[in-house]
Amino acid sequence: MHVTMTVNGTEVTRNVEPRLLLVHFLRETLGLTGTHWGCDTSNCGTCVVLVDGEPVKSCTALAAMTAGHEVRTVEGMADGGTLDPVQQGFMEAHGLQCGFCTPGMMLTARALLDREPDPDEATIREAISGQICRCTGYATIVRSIQWAAAHPAAAPSEQEVTA
Amino acid sequence: MTTVQERSPMPQEREPNPAHSDPDRPIGYGRIQRKEDPRFIRGKGRYIDDIVLPGMLHGAILRSPMAHARLVSIDTTEALAHPKVHAVITGKDLEGLNLAWAPTLSADVQAVLATDKVRFQGQEVAFVVAEDRYSARDALELIDVEYEELPVVIDARRALDPGTAVIRDDKDGQTDNHIFDWEAGDKAETDAVFARADVVVSEEVIYPRVHPAPMETCGAVADYDPIDGKLTLYETTQAPHAHRTLYAMVAGIPEHKIRVIAGDIGGGFGNKVGIYPGYICAVVGSIVTGKPVKWVEDRSENLMSTSFARDYLMKGEVAATTDGKILAVRTHVLADHGAFNATAQPTKYPAGFFSIFTGSYDLEAAYCSVTGVYTNKAPGGVAYACSFRVTEAVYLVERMIDVLARKLEMDPAELRLKNFIKPEQFPYKNKTGWEYDSGDYEPAMRMCMEQIGYDDLRREQAEKRARGELMGIGVSFFTETVGAGPRKHMDIVGLGMNDGAEVRVHPTGKAVVRISVQTQGQGHETTFAQIVGEELGIPTDDIEVVHGDTDQTPFGLGTYGSRSTPVSGAAVALAARKVREKAKAIAAAMLETRPEDLEWEKGRFFVKGDPSAAKTIAEIALGAHGTVALPEGIDGNLDAEVTYDPPNLTFPFGAYICVVDVDPGTGKVKVRRFVAVDDCGTRINPMIVEGQIHGGLADGVGMALMEFIGFDEQGNCLGGSFMDYLIPTAMEVPDWETGYTVTPSPHHPIGAKGIGESATVGSPPAVVNAVVDALAPFGITHMDMPCTPARVWEAMQGRPTPPV
Repeated sequence: MHVTMTVNGTEVTRNVEPRLLLVHFLRETLGLTGTHWGCDTSNCGTCVVLVDGEPVKSCTALAAMTAGHEVRTVEGMADGGTLDPVQQGFMEAHGLQCGFCTPGMMLTARALLDREPDPDEATIREAISGQICRCTGYATIVRSIQWAAAHPAAAPSEQEVTA
Repeated sequence: MTTVQERSPMPQEREPNPAHSDPDRPIGYGRIQRKEDPRFIRGKGRYIDDIVLPGMLHGAILRSPMAHARLVSIDTTEALAHPKVHAVITGKDLEGLNLAWAPTLSADVQAVLATDKVRFQGQEVAFVVAEDRYSARDALELIDVEYEELPVVIDARRALDPGTAVIRDDKDGQTDNHIFDWEAGDKAETDAVFARADVVVSEEVIYPRVHPAPMETCGAVADYDPIDGKLTLYETTQAPHAHRTLYAMVAGIPEHKIRVIAGDIGGGFGNKVGIYPGYICAVVGSIVTGKPVKWVEDRSENLMSTSFARDYLMKGEVAATTDGKILAVRTHVLADHGAFNATAQPTKYPAGFFSIFTGSYDLEAAYCSVTGVYTNKAPGGVAYACSFRVTEAVYLVERMIDVLARKLEMDPAELRLKNFIKPEQFPYKNKTGWEYDSGDYEPAMRMCMEQIGYDDLRREQAEKRARGELMGIGVSFFTETVGAGPRKHMDIVGLGMNDGAEVRVHPTGKAVVRISVQTQGQGHETTFAQIVGEELGIPTDDIEVVHGDTDQTPFGLGTYGSRSTPVSGAAVALAARKVREKAKAIAAAMLETRPEDLEWEKGRFFVKGDPSAAKTIAEIALGAHGTVALPEGIDGNLDAEVTYDPPNLTFPFGAYICVVDVDPGTGKVKVRRFVAVDDCGTRINPMIVEGQIHGGLADGVGMALMEFIGFDEQGNCLGGSFMDYLIPTAMEVPDWETGYTVTPSPHHPIGAKGIGESATVGSPPAVVNAVVDALAPFGITHMDMPCTPARVWEAMQGRPTPPV
């Protein structure tokens, strides 16, 4: 079947199996491997993407269900050479180690800050509670999101500028 | 040896480096952002499932639904008829290649694909190769396997009973489920001390089966080129070089024709040390089909079949005087190794380094014995940041110290302080043969107590108890033993536990360091660059760390048991020092002076008494590769390599205190506060050190309160998904509070001891001690992990049951 959706601002149409999961559509059909897969049971949240601005576990949604919607993945977080403050915050506060849960965590954080620009710690913890990180013990993820909340202006990316 | 105490609740800010004027280009140790982060925050990491090769096929494994059954027949006809299936491989096919069984890391064999029996639920039975991952899974449904059920052995305590089903009847002469007996310490001496002791406490202590469950499951992409006979194997591995050697030994492919590539690894924690049947199946699949084959397991496969951790049933005993002097510890352990003995540990240590169960205390005697048994459960055993079973050892001794404290009606912190090995006793030889390199325990303990406000908490607890509220304070103090290890004592399947490093300074003064260890999130690309930078005065940004590719890096045994910094970090530092010595000779030639007239300051050599006559490391590098007339015996580069054989292990330590509140109505445990004071010797990047500790603390809370791989009577795994195997989220853990002391290792080139597993080792007893402390009004002296609400509630009813 043909599905059409907007991914990171670009409209895409692909012919896919009806049973194709959104996570596999993004990763394999579109080659956007920044979205990860971790559990199959909607528990771990490494596959979180934003659908119309809301965090969705892409292992639990079919590509077909997302037709007509706007999807945002980690690849769509930076605006050209400018990092999202959430991305900058994760580097500043050591919010990642192996990096596997990071895209999902950052997108949930982005959705949270869009909704609530200055959340308290309990709100942040609740927002990311549908996602598992095995490396950080979460405190630095919380601090990363707090850093982003305190620096709402998009941060220029040294990496992109010098690259 | 000096002990520097500093408190750092938050990582310290970037330290200015006097040797360099540009604060944006830091050199050497200190808190700096990680070099690997820019790719990860953009979603540009390259994990196993991100690898796509031209023409690549996908593999899937059919697994046994039964825990113990005879394999009667396998019919693959229908699966082979699937239009997208390229191959179906069974154990019989592998027998023809002599690959149906593979050696484990513990002198046993493990079935790659079952031929005679299945021995645990989830065991590999057949491998399908198809055009895409969905078709491969579809085809699994088309394979028809007939099983003849056999009695299962699930309870390790029953494994050796007469008449019990023999799991490993494939092994010649194996007539029961016994694997090994092992002991350490002096039994007679220990028994004598126990016989004359005023007080003896004993407790059955279980460290249940848990699983490392890294967020990325295990997988491989095998690409065999039949023309030149070269196998390129992308793998989730913590030990690429050891894997390559083992593949060469097992598969008969010459070692120089195997290239193992470990890209970005989404967490390991020991889960990615061993070689799993799926990896071998991917290789066979690629050889059979002539195309690259990807195999990535799903979460249930990961939890049910790959290396579990713990599963130690321990009888702990402590002998002491009535005034609280601990005299001796004694234990017998029943170790459940599952269906194949596949633990990853040094050859001479079938129970890992468990004999460090003497802990941080100065004892008169100690004795432990360990019996390993087979059961119908997944194989594995040394995983989940356990430091080769130090986790089990520390949990036992720290739980038992609290049992003793209760018996003596002493404060558990005071009891520990009274019995610590004193700073002047280091290097300290314990009663089971370990030589603790350095330590200063009391300041760490005092710092932890002060930081958490120990005395105030005890007062608060007394008030709450009077009101019927359940609050617990749990103390633990651990000594780790990491950095394996000296080759005269330690090898894994015959490979000495050493690691190589190679440092090259390019003509323009930029450097590359090639290492044998494998990051899984620990930040090697940053830390190892900082070590080289510290030694050579080169900015971290100008140093590239290469790892994870056997074609590009020197041989070494990889990353597990917190060994990267203790072993590979030493190799890197010494290689950089060799470069510096060479640079000195070249600088002398350039400055027309003698090497002994030169002095080093970070980044340059200058003539003693004339600092203006100097050559920077970049100038020397250009000279080395240029036209400078080189001194005798110096060749034209600025490179060096070292393979490091550690003279001893390193012994990080720490003091942890946990505060919990228990809901008397539901038994739910809330971790209110957790203070961790760690000493890992020299801290290269305090931010990364702190991150390692935080992760381990969350592991500890998870194991103490939630995580558990259980089985029912038929051997069905009850922890086979994240719906059942519970891992802490941000809601279950507190905001960690940390502090540190610095007691360098005297034998390590930079004094670093390693930190990767300290918190996983030290934190479970702090949490459980806190829970048991909270439940003291119910007369409970011990309860086993996991302290789930249901199990805590049962304990409150006077029925603290072992986990099943």
